[in-house]
Amino acid sequence: MATYLEFIQQNEERDGVRFSWNVWPSSRLEATRMVVPLACLLTPLKERPDLPPVQYEPVLCSRTTCKAILNPLCQVDYRAKLWACNFCFQRNQFPPAYTGISEVNQPAELMPQFSTIEYVIQRGAQSPLIFLYVVDTCLEEDDLQALKESLQMSLSLLPPDALVGLITFGRMVQVHELSCEGISKSYVFRGTKDLTAKQIQDMLGLTKPAMPMQQARPGQPHEQPFVSSRFLQPVHKIDMNLTDLLGELQRDPWPVTQGKRPLRSTGVALSIAVGLLEGTFPNTGARIMLFTGGPPTQGPGMVVGDELKVPIRSWHDIEKDNARFMKKATKHYEMLANRTATNGHCIDIYACALDQTGLLEMKCCANLTGGHMVMGDSFNTSLFKQTFQRIFSKDFNGDFRMAFGATLEVKTSRELKVAGAIGPCVSLNVKGPCVSENELGVGGTSQWKICGLDPTSTLGIYFEVVNQHNAPVPQGGRGAIQFVTQYQHSSTQRRIRVTTIARNWADAQSQLRHIEAAFDQEAAAVLMARLGVFRAESEEGPDVLRWLDRQLIRLCQKFGQYNKEDPTSFRLSDSFSLYPQFMFHLRRSPFLQVFNNSPDESSYYRHHFARQDLTQSLIMIQPILYSYSFHGPPEPVLLDSSSILAERILLMDTFFQIVIYLGETIAQWRKAGYQDMPEYENFKHLLQAPLDDAQEILQARFPMPRYINTEHGGSQARFLLSKVNPSQTHNNLYAWGQETGAPILTDDVSLQVFMDHLKKLAVSSAC
Amino acid sequence: MSQQGYVATPPYSQSQPGIGLSPPHYGHYGDPSHAGSPPGMMKPAGPLGAAAPGGMLPQGPSPPGPQQFGQNGAHAQGHPPQRFPGPPPVNSVAPSYAPYSPSTQSSYPSPASTASVTQMASQLNAMHINSYGSGMAPPGQGPPGPPSAPLFQGLPRPPQPSIMQPGSQVLPPPPTALNGPGASPLPPSTHRQDGLPGPAPLNAQYQPPPLPGQTLGTGYSPQQAGSYGPQMAGGQLSYPGGFPGGPAQLAGPPQLQKKLDPDSIPSPIQVIENDRATRGGQVYATNSRGQVPPLVTTDCVIQDQGNASPRYIRCTTYCFPCTSDMAKQAQIPLAAVIKPFATIPSNETPLYLVNHGENGPVRCNRCKAYMCPFMQFIEGGRRYQCGFCNCVNDVPPFYFQHLDHIGRRLDHYEKPELSLGSYEYVATLDYCRKNKPPNPPAFIFMIDVSYSNIKNGLVKLICEELKTVLENLPKEEQEETSAIRVGFITYNKVLHFFNVKSNLAQPQMMVVTDVGEVFVPLLDGFLVNYQESQSVIHNLLDQIPEMFADSNENETVFAPVIQAGMEALKAADCPGKLFIFHSSLPTAEAPGKLKNRDDKKLINTDKEKILFQPQTNVYDSLAKDCVAHGCCVTLFLFPSQYVDVASLGLVPQLTGGTLYKYNNFQMHMDSQQFLNDLRNDIEKKIGFDAIMRIRTSTGFRATDFFGGIFMNNTTDVEMAAIDCDKAVTVEFKHDDKLAEDSGALIQCAVLYTTIGGQRRLRIHNLSLNCSSQLADLYKSCETDALINFFAKSAFKAVLHQPLKVIREILVNQTAHMLACYRKNCASPSAASQLILPDSMKVLPVYMNCLLKNCVLLSRPEISTDERAYQRQLVMTMGVADSQLFFYPQLLPIHTLDVKSTALPTAIRCSESRLSEEGIFLLANGLNMFLWLGVSSPPELIQGIFNVPSFAHINTDMTTLPEVGNPYSQTLRMIISIIQQKRPYSMKLTIVKQREQPEMVFRQFLVEDKGLYGGSSYVDFLCCVHKEICQLLN
Repeated sequence: MATYLEFIQQNEERDGVRFSWNVWPSSRLEATRMVVPLACLLTPLKERPDLPPVQYEPVLCSRTTCKAILNPLCQVDYRAKLWACNFCFQRNQFPPAYTGISEVNQPAELMPQFSTIEYVIQRGAQSPLIFLYVVDTCLEEDDLQALKESLQMSLSLLPPDALVGLITFGRMVQVHELSCEGISKSYVFRGTKDLTAKQIQDMLGLTKPAMPMQQARPGQPHEQPFVSSRFLQPVHKIDMNLTDLLGELQRDPWPVTQGKRPLRSTGVALSIAVGLLEGTFPNTGARIMLFTGGPPTQGPGMVVGDELKVPIRSWHDIEKDNARFMKKATKHYEMLANRTATNGHCIDIYACALDQTGLLEMKCCANLTGGHMVMGDSFNTSLFKQTFQRIFSKDFNGDFRMAFGATLEVKTSRELKVAGAIGPCVSLNVKGPCVSENELGVGGTSQWKICGLDPTSTLGIYFEVVNQHNAPVPQGGRGAIQFVTQYQHSSTQRRIRVTTIARNWADAQSQLRHIEAAFDQEAAAVLMARLGVFRAESEEGPDVLRWLDRQLIRLCQKFGQYNKEDPTSFRLSDSFSLYPQFMFHLRRSPFLQVFNNSPDESSYYRHHFARQDLTQSLIMIQPILYSYSFHGPPEPVLLDSSSILAERILLMDTFFQIVIYLGETIAQWRKAGYQDMPEYENFKHLLQAPLDDAQEILQARFPMPRYINTEHGGSQARFLLSKVNPSQTHNNLYAWGQETGAPILTDDVSLQVFMDHLKKLAVSSAC
Repeated sequence: MSQQGYVATPPYSQSQPGIGLSPPHYGHYGDPSHAGSPPGMMKPAGPLGAAAPGGMLPQGPSPPGPQQFGQNGAHAQGHPPQRFPGPPPVNSVAPSYAPYSPSTQSSYPSPASTASVTQMASQLNAMHINSYGSGMAPPGQGPPGPPSAPLFQGLPRPPQPSIMQPGSQVLPPPPTALNGPGASPLPPSTHRQDGLPGPAPLNAQYQPPPLPGQTLGTGYSPQQAGSYGPQMAGGQLSYPGGFPGGPAQLAGPPQLQKKLDPDSIPSPIQVIENDRATRGGQVYATNSRGQVPPLVTTDCVIQDQGNASPRYIRCTTYCFPCTSDMAKQAQIPLAAVIKPFATIPSNETPLYLVNHGENGPVRCNRCKAYMCPFMQFIEGGRRYQCGFCNCVNDVPPFYFQHLDHIGRRLDHYEKPELSLGSYEYVATLDYCRKNKPPNPPAFIFMIDVSYSNIKNGLVKLICEELKTVLENLPKEEQEETSAIRVGFITYNKVLHFFNVKSNLAQPQMMVVTDVGEVFVPLLDGFLVNYQESQSVIHNLLDQIPEMFADSNENETVFAPVIQAGMEALKAADCPGKLFIFHSSLPTAEAPGKLKNRDDKKLINTDKEKILFQPQTNVYDSLAKDCVAHGCCVTLFLFPSQYVDVASLGLVPQLTGGTLYKYNNFQMHMDSQQFLNDLRNDIEKKIGFDAIMRIRTSTGFRATDFFGGIFMNNTTDVEMAAIDCDKAVTVEFKHDDKLAEDSGALIQCAVLYTTIGGQRRLRIHNLSLNCSSQLADLYKSCETDALINFFAKSAFKAVLHQPLKVIREILVNQTAHMLACYRKNCASPSAASQLILPDSMKVLPVYMNCLLKNCVLLSRPEISTDERAYQRQLVMTMGVADSQLFFYPQLLPIHTLDVKSTALPTAIRCSESRLSEEGIFLLANGLNMFLWLGVSSPPELIQGIFNVPSFAHINTDMTTLPEVGNPYSQTLRMIISIIQQKRPYSMKLTIVKQREQPEMVFRQFLVEDKGLYGGSSYVDFLCCVHKEICQLLN
């Protein structure tokens, strides 16, 4: 463990954890002075090909308030067959099965390399996964056709025993019965009338059989699928049937007059989907997959009226409080999302339309339940098709990369408390000794529910050091945190993944250098950004920026080296050097800036930001720019306007977009057709190189990014120009004529100006 | 013949004789005394539209009050003295014989009038009933002797109490003696008359049937006695007004009635046969004003020569009294029974279609009456005067035509609207909803697939039948295929819609469970052209019975079903008809949910009317919506217990639909009847989304309407649909004096959508006479129409008034009408004589039949549903149907002449007319019975049933076996002839004499005492006579 960088990397690979601080300040006061809170990014289901799950159940601490799981940090008395809980110090007897243990015969969970371990629970019935398609039929013909094909294709990708259901909607909502032979049968609901779960179940005829079910429940939970068998059927039984049914799906037949939007009952359709699963399969893994091609225009959850002359709300309208359906619709979807989360199901939203589709209102459905949100222009694009296909991708074991109904429990040693979490989760409202009174993100609980998660789903978890200032550095010198994630694996097994980590305490006054060196600026940037975005959801944009700025200045004041009132003397150590730059790009990012983005786009960006892992998050904050030229191999270059040169091809990855940009000269060459001439084959290769690299990114990324191939002067070049640091603008004309890049026509401050101000403020004693 | 392009066709140009006489009548319209009618009399201006202005209220002396009451209330309130025999009204028409003066006769040059003269001459014999012996006793025989006088004077006789003594078996001899040797022995009726005084002596008198030829089995009489005893009590209770004297007086007549030979009282059969003999088979031309048409039972060819055929309009009287005072005095309702879409036999000319293109029909500017033969052209044809409001209008340029030397347009015979009583106009867009041409109508079939219907095979039956019956959807004559689209819904407590679009391989089912707020889940593919989607529809109909085969759902909804159908039609923007096949009380949680409220305790109380009212007002507002969207509902009910017909039937009734009811439906027994009804109903001629407007000439107006209609205001009769069997009865009241010379004109205009989706106007015009002579009025009455009116007004009043009151009113009004005649028109005669006007000879017997109808009988034995059902049926009946319904046709089959195709002469509906050697066929339009006497001729039994003897006959059958034998063939032919003309398929019941089912059969012997109460014809006649006597005193 040579450097902290390696340490951090090692920890991330093993445990899926990145802490903002890897050495912890030992008192509450010191911790608050650190500005960046003690927090971590946790990827609960990080793929660990080297981690075979153990086929037994974890050993729990017997103290009812603790129930921590036996881990490598526990002290074990092999002779007495006792172990001491490292969280509550309770001494526990090993269970009978562990009688044979000794120093040389340790169970896996006691070995240090198993700080993360996965248990498979054999108890309980395994219920199949459920996929409920909720399909909008108010689409253009080719869109609908493409969607139908995608859906039909997906049937072959589903686990064969998975239950699948189909709800279609337009003006009406149709719940298709899949069991019947002969006549295809569907239950139809009015798209304008909100129904309670009870009503929905009554109307679908799901309640009657459920009554005796509940009485007979203890013995035979296996019969439960029978209840809703009419609507949810194993794929292998009805895939032909369903393929035909999908094939026969027609566009919503109700006439749409000139100047009107089609009437789309998304709100009721979702409500019915939620109600259907709620009554029949609570607490089993289920995905409600909503495919929509436009905004909800009627009934509960409507986002815009059907008059085309009234445009859908913009940020401008929202700021002016002019979005008259927004609050009501948001409330409707929030209610649905919370119900869904309670039942352990998740909702995916696949919204493909040129205009907005109401993601702003519906975002909570995906955000709170851990569902996916995909936004595209049309279902007939590879963006949608491949993204959708990727949902059903499999890992090295051949299992689907999805897990359901997870609960994440965080246990801390006494000096720490958990303040909250930010990610695709909802609070389970479990108060416990380790719950902090201060909330950061979703707090007030030590357990969260994550209804749908995949190997990259990452939560930011925030802690509070509660050790008092005058108390000694805690016993043992190390603080410990245990993350217990119980979930339903895609193979329908119940599993528990336990990650126990420990970090050293340090006295901030005497050992500030240690703490400083152990700062993980990348993690810190992402964690701060999550806090900022979390705030931005509820606060005004400028307030959030001001808050971020203040935090940054305070951090610089705390950890910078400078002489008072002398900006030029300001220096930051290596472990902090990139942090201001991240903050600069974060300020400009669509997560905090709504200018030039529709409310839907903002919601979409924020959704992904709140769940991707550190690397992806960093790309989102500060896009990566690669340069391809004849002068050498491809190299990363500064995200700066100065990088835009005529003889370069640039490849920018913003996570959401992949932009290939041909410099002016390159573009001219290509236009002249040099790449087709045998003697200029190297030019051809140069042109091809970024394409290949882009393809590689496209292959791996979920959701599939928007792929933009443009050149100097192209209209799509704006995607690049809006991201790079505007070091050259029309305002600093000194660079004109020099071969130093392209000026960006903007009034935005450049990184240089930003840094200048930062230094000035950091060294000023006024703050 | 083609209906398009009207050219002068033979029927018109040949038909001068009558028409030539009419112009002088029209000349009177120019009379200055009529020129300025009071402004208040102006007809409303809108096209068939606006509500009547306030000025339309009656201006006569009668207070407006009565209008607020039910129909019967109006009569009663308007004439309070009627109820109590007070001083007779002062007769303003001084000489009672005046009407028969030659001067009036001259205006009736038709042969019919001479007939009436002869009938008048025989008035004294036919009408004076105080003659015993044979029915057609010669006149001048006079009262046979003292015994009769006390009878009609109602004086109690001292010996009567002795009759009531239980041991008085010796007493019967006097009656038999009185019957005389010539009279055929009529034991049963005699016995019942004996029984009148009270229940106690009945048994005693029954036990020893001493009369010759009486072969009543011993087991038989106790049965009868048991049921008759209490019934008579009921009968008495129901006519308190009729027997005002109470038991003491009641005791009087019975003994004497025995002396009254049933043959001597007016016989409906005789009247029908007489009319048939004089007018049957002839051509009846409607060329003169106020002529009384042949009876409905008479077959003749009707030629339209300026007035609507009696098939379309029949009036209670063809001569209106000139003043309202006169009308009040006579108390004869002035009403017309209009059947605007009546079926016309193939030998009569169908309606001509007039098309004025974009100009639309020519209408009077003021009253909006349509161009008709009553318009008088003046000023060389440049203007015309409206016969209804007398307004002088300019003739539109496109319509101008010169007049000939008698002031008639040169194109008089070329234009149906100038020379015919009935014709159609093509309506312009102004007459369409939203000014858009209508879409062709749609039929939606809605099948109850709850457990019981699946189990008894009904669903399968319906589905099978629909496959063939849909081939025969009605279509316009010139069209290849029907324009009607069809849709299918099944339901139990949820609704299943079916998408049967032609391009589908399989039908799609869409379940709507939100019955609280039902909606149409699909647009495209629900209503389809049958031919195009035939394979999908057949596929669906094959699958429906299987689909629900294992359904255990017992609960049903009803209002949401209608709602769904209506919404579907609304969504498709077309009128249409729902065929609902339903079997149970809709108890599922939904709008229109019903409780079983069949409370027999309410019967005979003031609250009895509740049983006839719908349980909730959901159905009322639903009906309103249906009518507003041209949605007609036809309901086929298959109840096995109480289903609340009063509630379920409301929508069908108000939307011009039909209600069919099959109690305890059994596949093998009832399917034929049901399938016939279904076929018939689907193939019926029908008009949709109709508005009817009755316009009248000045002096009177339509005040009340009865039928399968809905009225939002006082003038527009709205009908979601009207078919060829539905009639609307319209009552008229004076609001001014009528002039004898101009007469009374009625124009009925029906705006409707044809089955092909064309908007049309059907116009019927009728001119009636006016007279200031009461005798004219009585002479022109038509009893069949009167009964139709009385039945409808009474059945409407059932909803609002106690039945007792209604019965009293009917009896009183009958008495009053007859008393008025007696007082003012008849020649002086002994007060004890009952004198009936020729035209009302059979009014008492028909009235008695009406009073005995189960609707008006407050008896807990009769099912509430049945009463509600019959009430509803009668409300839409035409005259012919009501005539048969109230007085069934009873044909002796054993006298059948197998060589003749003519029906045997009917006999009177009385048990005394049956003989145990005979076989009789009885039909009333709903039921048909074949009654077999115990000693029926074996060759007939063999011939008809193909079994060796009476005992072998299986009474379970509902159709006769097809035996290749003249008896069988003729009988089956007779049955089909009777059936043919009737809107409802009649279920044939085989009844063997002296077997249990005979009780049902007996109910239809309407001249006898009713099984559930109701007096016999003779008793009722006595009762009426007493009333008349009281009125006259």
